Amino acid sequence: MSTTFWIIIAGAIATYLTRVGGHLVLSRFETIHPRVEAGLNAVPAAVLTTLVAPAALGAGPAEWVALIISGLVALRGGLMSMFLTGAVVLILARQFVA
Amino acid sequence: MSTEAIPAKSASTAFWQGARLSIPVVVASGPFAMLFGAIAVDNGFSVFEAFLMSAAVFGGASQMVGIELFGHHVAPWLIVLSIFAVNFRHVLYSAAIGRSLSHWSAPKQAIAYFLLTDPQYAFAESEAQSGRKVSFVWYMGAALTVYFFWNVLTLAGAIAGTFIPDTSALGIDFLLPIYFLGLVMDFRKRPLWLPIVIVSAIASIVAYKTVGSPWHVSLGALAGVALAVILPPSHSGIGTDPEHLP
Repeated sequence: MSTTFWIIIAGAIATYLTRVGGHLVLSRFETIHPRVEAGLNAVPAAVLTTLVAPAALGAGPAEWVALIISGLVALRGGLMSMFLTGAVVLILARQFVA
Repeated sequence: MSTEAIPAKSASTAFWQGARLSIPVVVASGPFAMLFGAIAVDNGFSVFEAFLMSAAVFGGASQMVGIELFGHHVAPWLIVLSIFAVNFRHVLYSAAIGRSLSHWSAPKQAIAYFLLTDPQYAFAESEAQSGRKVSFVWYMGAALTVYFFWNVLTLAGAIAGTFIPDTSALGIDFLLPIYFLGLVMDFRKRPLWLPIVIVSAIASIVAYKTVGSPWHVSLGALAGVALAVILPPSHSGIGTDPEHLP
């Protein structure tokens, strides 16, 4: 098999280890410390924010408008309506802010 | 009580409920799957290798980084390490969601962790938060739908080669941040949500400017998690919520 094949397989194993690893390490403990639990509860907001913030900072006015409007929609509507609004606003805003 | 006990009809309902949730994910990630396929072939992968990477790794950002480094003829071990670094955030997902999946059999859990992407984690966490038991069929409905389209569209992109229209005009390059913002907003009812978001945002931007990508994801996330750990647990609603009492 080619080097490329083995890079893919090793990359896949490394990825699987990250996906199963956190659980395997944590399940060795019988009780979870309140601070660990507090930390785990913070995971979704903490990780997902890092996927937005640097991208938002590096973007321009069209992207900012899309983020702000879709963020406001998210306060009332569901994920789907928020996402579709953001996509439409982004496409429209890019026509004007070139 | 267990998910195995639910009748076939409601199992198929659960599967489609999960699948329906993942439609925005397919729309947002589909173009990236095609783009990945096209870039992979452009960087010297065969169509089969591009497909294999999507099927075996199933992590968009890490695949993009891997293929980019491959194109620069970087040492194989460094490519694998970079894939590991980009995907390192999954350790946190895995540790956090494990509590909600532990009622499944070991093989089911093993399969579920293979499919634990960013949106999949958010779906499962949000389902667990709503008080329902996370059903395996529901989980697979969401995960397999994304997995299926991710692989088929990678294949389509690889076969189409570099034939991809101007992605910027269609806004495709910025759909994922919008989508992830929606997921962040989904968790706004949690204790300490705003302080965590602010700390993670600042830390990830600083890390992005200093250490560089992809480490800003793990470093930014750790800063937000550290805030929740350092503050007294009562700030996180622990000890006050009957659900958390022993």
